[in-house]
Amino acid sequence: MNALIFLIVFPLAVSFLALVPPLSLAVRKGVGVCVNIVLCAVPIYLLVANLDQGPAYFHLESTIIDIGMLIVELFIAGYLIYISFTSKRYLTALLVIVQSVIMVSFEFTSGHGMQIEHSLFVDKFSIIMALIVGIIGSAICLYAIGYLPEYHEHYREVKDRRRYFAFLMYLFLAAMFGIVFSNNLMWLYFFWEITTVCSFLLIGYRDDEPSRESAFRALNMNLVGGVVFAIGLVNLYSSSGIMELDKLLQTDKGMVLLPAVCLAFAGLVKSAQFPFSSWLTGAMVAPTPVSALLHSSTMVKAGVYLILRVAPVMENTAAAKMLTLIGGVSFLVTALIAISQSNAKKVLAYSTISNLGLIVACAGVNTAAAVWSAILLIIFHAVAKSLLFLCVGIVEYKLDSRDIEDMDYLIMRLPKLTAVMMTGMAGMFLAPFGMIISKFITLRAFVESNPAMAIILAYGSAATIFFWTKWMGKIMSIRHGVAEVVEHRVSRWEWITLGILAVATVVVCLAFPFFSFHVINPYLLEVFGKTPVVDAFNVMMVFIIMVGLLIILPLGLLFYAFVDKNYKRVGIYLGGGNIDNITFEGAMASTQPIALKNYYLEKYFGEERLFNVGVFVSLTLMIIMFGVAVI
Amino acid sequence: MNELYALIKSLSVPERMLAFVILAPLAGGLLSGIDRKLSARLQGRYGPPVLQPFYDVMKLLRKERIIVNKFQDFPIVLFLLFTIFSGALFFAGADLLLTIFGLALAGTFFVLGGFCVSSPYSHLGAEREIIQTVAYEPMVILMAVGMYQVTGSFRVGTIAHHHAPLILYLPGVFAGFLYILTIKFRKSPFDLSMSHHAHQEIVRGITTEFSGPALALIEITHWYEVMLLLGMVYLFFAFNPWLAVVMALATYLFEIFIDMNYARFKWQLTFMSAWLFTAVAGVSNIIVLSLMR
Amino acid sequence: MGWFKRSPWILHYNATSCNGCDIELIASLTPLYDLERFGIINTGNPKHADILAVTGSVNEKSTQVVRNLYDQMPNPKVVVAVGICATSGCVFQDCYNVQGGVDKVLPVDVYIPGCAARPEAIIDGVMKACEILEEKYAQRKKSGKLAES
Repeated sequence: MNALIFLIVFPLAVSFLALVPPLSLAVRKGVGVCVNIVLCAVPIYLLVANLDQGPAYFHLESTIIDIGMLIVELFIAGYLIYISFTSKRYLTALLVIVQSVIMVSFEFTSGHGMQIEHSLFVDKFSIIMALIVGIIGSAICLYAIGYLPEYHEHYREVKDRRRYFAFLMYLFLAAMFGIVFSNNLMWLYFFWEITTVCSFLLIGYRDDEPSRESAFRALNMNLVGGVVFAIGLVNLYSSSGIMELDKLLQTDKGMVLLPAVCLAFAGLVKSAQFPFSSWLTGAMVAPTPVSALLHSSTMVKAGVYLILRVAPVMENTAAAKMLTLIGGVSFLVTALIAISQSNAKKVLAYSTISNLGLIVACAGVNTAAAVWSAILLIIFHAVAKSLLFLCVGIVEYKLDSRDIEDMDYLIMRLPKLTAVMMTGMAGMFLAPFGMIISKFITLRAFVESNPAMAIILAYGSAATIFFWTKWMGKIMSIRHGVAEVVEHRVSRWEWITLGILAVATVVVCLAFPFFSFHVINPYLLEVFGKTPVVDAFNVMMVFIIMVGLLIILPLGLLFYAFVDKNYKRVGIYLGGGNIDNITFEGAMASTQPIALKNYYLEKYFGEERLFNVGVFVSLTLMIIMFGVAVI
Repeated sequence: MNELYALIKSLSVPERMLAFVILAPLAGGLLSGIDRKLSARLQGRYGPPVLQPFYDVMKLLRKERIIVNKFQDFPIVLFLLFTIFSGALFFAGADLLLTIFGLALAGTFFVLGGFCVSSPYSHLGAEREIIQTVAYEPMVILMAVGMYQVTGSFRVGTIAHHHAPLILYLPGVFAGFLYILTIKFRKSPFDLSMSHHAHQEIVRGITTEFSGPALALIEITHWYEVMLLLGMVYLFFAFNPWLAVVMALATYLFEIFIDMNYARFKWQLTFMSAWLFTAVAGVSNIIVLSLMR
Repeated sequence: MGWFKRSPWILHYNATSCNGCDIELIASLTPLYDLERFGIINTGNPKHADILAVTGSVNEKSTQVVRNLYDQMPNPKVVVAVGICATSGCVFQDCYNVQGGVDKVLPVDVYIPGCAARPEAIIDGVMKACEILEEKYAQRKKSGKLAES
């Protein structure tokens, strides 16, 4: 139990420490490194300590903590109302007021009698989430040490608020640990709201009009989720007197369907599923560490975490089917939209929504196999996607652009970075690596329960191949001659993080049998009483491909770089009109440069064309979901 | 034939893989030669010898290696390796989905090879190759899904020994597969990224910058791929091995016939029609099957 | 086995031809003459080609193009001058901008005369070029320079 409390309190303490006036810069950095090592080590310790144990629940004397939380909540509400009035966003103020009224009245009417048996708990799924938050979170904080000075150098008009930034990042980490370890739903709700506020403030870090706009959009949508969350809690308590996650799962399913749907709704908003996807694409104005941490690897994962937790309650109901379809629609539509995007961060954002959609769909299906693949998806996606965000963050400053079309010959200009980036991309879509293994398992899970989802997956994964391959092809194109290498300006902090995450991308693939047998399977045994049967031959073959690639790729590259001398180098074919390798002689003896552009197929997959379709369809599904829950 | 069939069944998994690795290029090359001869005859020409594809490959292997950048042949080698690997998996009776993903991985390497040379012709070919991949991929996955729905397994071995004729359950899926097979075989009207015909392609699409040995590897890979795809056609008729072999060959002849009768489509039409046909034929078939259960 | 003579692939370049020879070259691919029965393919890409068939005399503008194309062909390779203009420049050889036949720019191996060169002559010339191709390959093999860098 101490480890759990430590994981929540320690980042919290660090976040306040970050606010105090600086000692020296070097000391601050040193402290940051130590803190991050601790944050990595404790979840690993948790994993080792709990490897052979079932879930553990802990009682905590909580009256004072509850009151403290209420005060903090009211303080935050006051703050939000203040800034929404000062920036004339009355909708936000209204939502905050509604939410506060619900929670405060709930607290005063039934808060006294509430008996919480176990406030905290830990099981294998929480540990996985804690590992993700701990390792990726602290890696990204390291990255931020190198990134933020450059950010402010780049955007001189932005006020330098580094301490405030660090405060929010660590506060957010504390809240994330709180979410994954809370059994008391009131606590879960409290931490949930903290992440919303952190997200809001971090998106608005630049404090200009577009980022303020995006921040408020994110806040509004997440507040809607929060209001529904609160309604769900009130409904749950009034109908069954429960305020704990484990008890929710044990009660009669018909009775608690509506609260479960409410919680799932909050999860959908948090994980930016349709119809709420626009907040995540808007959130890309935030500094890159924020996008990597909050909007790809952890906070949005909290949404699917909650959905996966409450999904057993909805099992075999029409609501679960709707949930599956909402996930499926989000997966397919955003994968298609990603084809038409040339803004690198937006591609990453849409791909994030897409993968989260797949996880939501798995949660809706809720068989042992589906949940198994959902958890694998969470792990693989968190690692590879945060890595990609961080790479794009660096590329953005070296090339002064985040447009994929400007990334020609990136492998010549930023060779090491491109290698790391390609590791991340391979992790996202190439066959033996994480995501595609998970899709492979997901497809099997879908075929057995819901062929319609298999069809969506078939189309969606084709779209996924499209946008990743063309991007990957763009950055790995090589031209004859030299290009200016701009890599030396990447800071040490950033390299360390990229190294950690790149290794992690490969390691989680190699270690996936370990995770599967020792971490995920015990969890599935608890929830479903069985584990999915895995074809040993398949696992072996996947392993052969993976290890084969890991051996062949470096060897092959070394061979072609140093050993292979048996060739003649010629220019590219330009109809015989070559002047040099990038120019050719055009009409009237003019010199024409070659420029290679990718297909974006906007006529078919344009954002404005497909986004509203997704919103409309999913809105319909959502109304049905609530409809069946209320009846 | 029955003895032959018994012989195949008696082989162990590594032996079957090895048999595929050795025999598939021979059979694939021969089919390709027949294709060229037959195409010529359909056009009223005499045509090259049946062994012509082998002559071409032997010649290409003896040519000088000219390259644009040092690493351009590496993706092609990977393309070949992974195509062989997924084909070997298929003929060893392993998982159909694994085969499909392996094939997609191989195809990705090919596309990346086309991109990495940064030549305009090759780049355009690579873009078109991705569009083709996107066009056929759903149907390939749906084929596996349909077979699973009928036989309850993704294992090629189990599917091949299913007692009932798959084609009776999966006519729509088969039709859809036939449609995208034209793309996979690189036949008109869908030979967008590279064509085997001089009248179709001015330069050579994605393979523009690959010459000599690398081009030979691409050609050999194509033979492996053809055999693997015909193996998938075989599965639809596997209840009767004789019929299945005949139908696989008939499919190939049918594709040649299509090839001779169409000019190239635009990519827009290729892409939309492939997805639409997949949706109409494949998806409806799968929905009907799921209703039957 | 002579693999080269069984599968010679042609790159056809029109230097300044009047299109007469070009049409004849294409005509030799048609059902009546059917070049493909010898395994000959018209590639349109120097990197795939063994034989460079040039039609028309070489002038100021096309010199560099012909050189570029020839440089981008992998060894062994031969050059065939198709038609009398490519052979010598013919009546255009004294024009202010004409260099003369292809042999002013590239080492030509086979000359096919005619205005325009007849398909039969072209096929004969290409078959002759095949033999030279084989010879060149044998020479390269002997000198151990299968692929020089």
